[in-house]
Amino acid sequence: MTTTVSTERGSVAAPVKRAFREALYAGLISFGMFVLIVGLKTDQNIRNELVLEPRWGLLAIVVALTMFGRFAYVAWLQPFMARQKLADTVTGLMPASVTSRFFRLPYFIAALVIMVALYVVSGSLDGWLGAELAGYARFLRALALIYALASVFYYYRAFIHDHFSALGITVMIVYPVFVVLTLALLTGSMAGGFQGSLKWVDNFGIQILIYVMLAWGLNIVVGLAGLLDLGYVAFYAVGAYAYALLGTHYGLSFWILLPAAGCMAAFWGIILGFPVLRLRGDYLAIVTLAFGEIIRMVLINWRVVTNGSAGISGIPKVSFFGLISFDVSAPNYISKVFDIAQSGAYYKIFLYYLILALALLTAFVTVRLRRMPVGRAWEALREDEIACRSLGINTTTTKLTAFATGAMFGGFAGSFFAARQGFVSPESFVFLESAIILAIVVLGGMGSLVGIAVAAAVMIGGTEILRELDFLKVVFGPDFTPELYRMLLFGVAMVVVMVWKPRGFVSNREPTAFLKERKAVSGSFTKEGHG
Amino acid sequence: MTGKTLLDIRGVHTFYGNIQALNGVDVTVNDGEIVALIGANGAGKSTLMMTIFGAPRARSGKIVFAGTDITQLPTHEIARLRIAQSPEGRRIFPRMTVLENLQMGASLDKMKHFDEDVEKVFVLFPRLKERIDQRGGTLSGGEQQMLSIGRALMARPKLLLLDEPSLGLAPLVVKQIFDAIRELNRTQGLTVFLVEQNAFGALKLATRGYVMVNGNVTMSGTGKQLLADPDVRAAYLEGGRH
Repeated sequence: MTTTVSTERGSVAAPVKRAFREALYAGLISFGMFVLIVGLKTDQNIRNELVLEPRWGLLAIVVALTMFGRFAYVAWLQPFMARQKLADTVTGLMPASVTSRFFRLPYFIAALVIMVALYVVSGSLDGWLGAELAGYARFLRALALIYALASVFYYYRAFIHDHFSALGITVMIVYPVFVVLTLALLTGSMAGGFQGSLKWVDNFGIQILIYVMLAWGLNIVVGLAGLLDLGYVAFYAVGAYAYALLGTHYGLSFWILLPAAGCMAAFWGIILGFPVLRLRGDYLAIVTLAFGEIIRMVLINWRVVTNGSAGISGIPKVSFFGLISFDVSAPNYISKVFDIAQSGAYYKIFLYYLILALALLTAFVTVRLRRMPVGRAWEALREDEIACRSLGINTTTTKLTAFATGAMFGGFAGSFFAARQGFVSPESFVFLESAIILAIVVLGGMGSLVGIAVAAAVMIGGTEILRELDFLKVVFGPDFTPELYRMLLFGVAMVVVMVWKPRGFVSNREPTAFLKERKAVSGSFTKEGHG
Repeated sequence: MTGKTLLDIRGVHTFYGNIQALNGVDVTVNDGEIVALIGANGAGKSTLMMTIFGAPRARSGKIVFAGTDITQLPTHEIARLRIAQSPEGRRIFPRMTVLENLQMGASLDKMKHFDEDVEKVFVLFPRLKERIDQRGGTLSGGEQQMLSIGRALMARPKLLLLDEPSLGLAPLVVKQIFDAIRELNRTQGLTVFLVEQNAFGALKLATRGYVMVNGNVTMSGTGKQLLADPDVRAAYLEGGRH
């Protein structure tokens, strides 16, 4: 009896004791790391001299937060998670017992009420509460919205899981309509709805979809064929400049230049492919990295053609197959054709659907190709090149088709990018872009279209949302610019995903072939195979 | 029973850089035979297998398959002449399912006979049918070997090359695999050239055999002759070392 009690106490006391020790270590490490980065700041004084400005208070806060975080993790979270591991893990993200306690109907209703109430009075918040408290109120509103959405996702998780692709496509299709209608309701006029939708459709919708498309294109090279390409942005640049140059000089339409840009990018994909045929892994990565930089250097230095770092501006807009123009001066400008108020939002919404169609085309082609001999050969190539050859697969053409197909979609995305911006310069095609696209592919899970789309939405949407978090200025002072921290977001996301799911967000590979009787046979036997 | 020469290897020298691995090897495989090549570790058995497939290429000598000189052909074109291989270490595609692995084997014929051939493989190796949707990498060693052979058979080969099919497998599984090879040879007349360290099993199975030492073929004869030969017995069958 006594022994059981003492062991019980021992097991409770041990993590707390350990937590103190580990918190101390974490504090020491963070002090060592941040003493120079956070604790000291270089500044200029009035006489233009460089002075060191100590920030010991901030350093103390950072260290204290680290210590507390470590303590909480070791003392409470770790034992809690260990207990939960025994509980139901079927739901995937979190054990059902935790989440069902977190997502309750009364909380959901409360969140909904808070959200709606704060949205209704949002115009007069500043007047009532003052700027600072209004900032917090908006933060609360955002949290309530996130909670309400998460609750809905949680309640319908089984349905969402089963119909994820269809739901995702539906959401993407109705997104601009939803945004416009919601904003029209809030502002009380259709024109206001269109005007307000600019930011949501352009910064979020189009921006995310461009990266979804790029990542899906790169996925063909990296995820399916297993060829690590660090210079993918080069093909994006080729597509963008192809449209920019041919469009401005020859006045050709987007619809002619889109396939042309794709072909040109594919051609450069093959040009890159030839010298790297014999390379794999790290060596391939270095050469493709160099290729990306070469293209950028050419764009900067070949001034006669590319106009160097100044870039090319005045790139023509896309028209709706020549029928409807989005150029205000054109006789068939959209608001003249339909007799509606002028707005830049129509063009953005049109571009949104254009990039959505292009992205879905990429996905469709990828899905179809995976079931065809060339797609199967790509995947086999990723798995084992020698086995491929001994099965009669020409690995040269297989690699080149992978490079060319991936590059082609990069080119499509590039020409879309040029049309959307109306301006291209080498600035847009730096290595960081390649790295971001590759990071999205890796985070999403190589080869998984759904995972990659989710990763792109989270990463690119996340960085865009950082621009919206103005209330953080209330907390960290007016100099605080949240968008500077977007790379931190990438870093954190990468660490979290790599710890939690080392093979990416969606790591399981969907088989492409089944026999007729598969359900009856496989289900039982695959389970047995795990034993 | 045995017909005309299917694979003729004449005076093949193969090098890895400056290191000579094969030193003028002569081997003949006739239509409908099972030919075993036995030898100790590092004798050059696997190198000969790979040289037939053009990687590494023979520096001198000649390899003729069914009247075609394949010495200088690239690997995938050699495979297209209907030489199939279960390579050393099996080399199945680990993240692809059993069925997808078999599909890869059938890619030469653009999957024309896939349904028919896959049934034949499942008759030969019923285990594979049970594992049909399992990923290749999660199979046991024996199942992976079966899959590797099954994948090679999907190409409807005229000649099947097997590199150490018994490596690392339990005796019972080795017996299953050897039985399957014998069955293929007997019922379908498939020509098999296999490389083995398991000399006893291989020679019992084989119509003819070759013994390889340090990149040279030192002995040849029917399976029975080699099994009875005192030198072979001493070196490979009774635990001795030459």
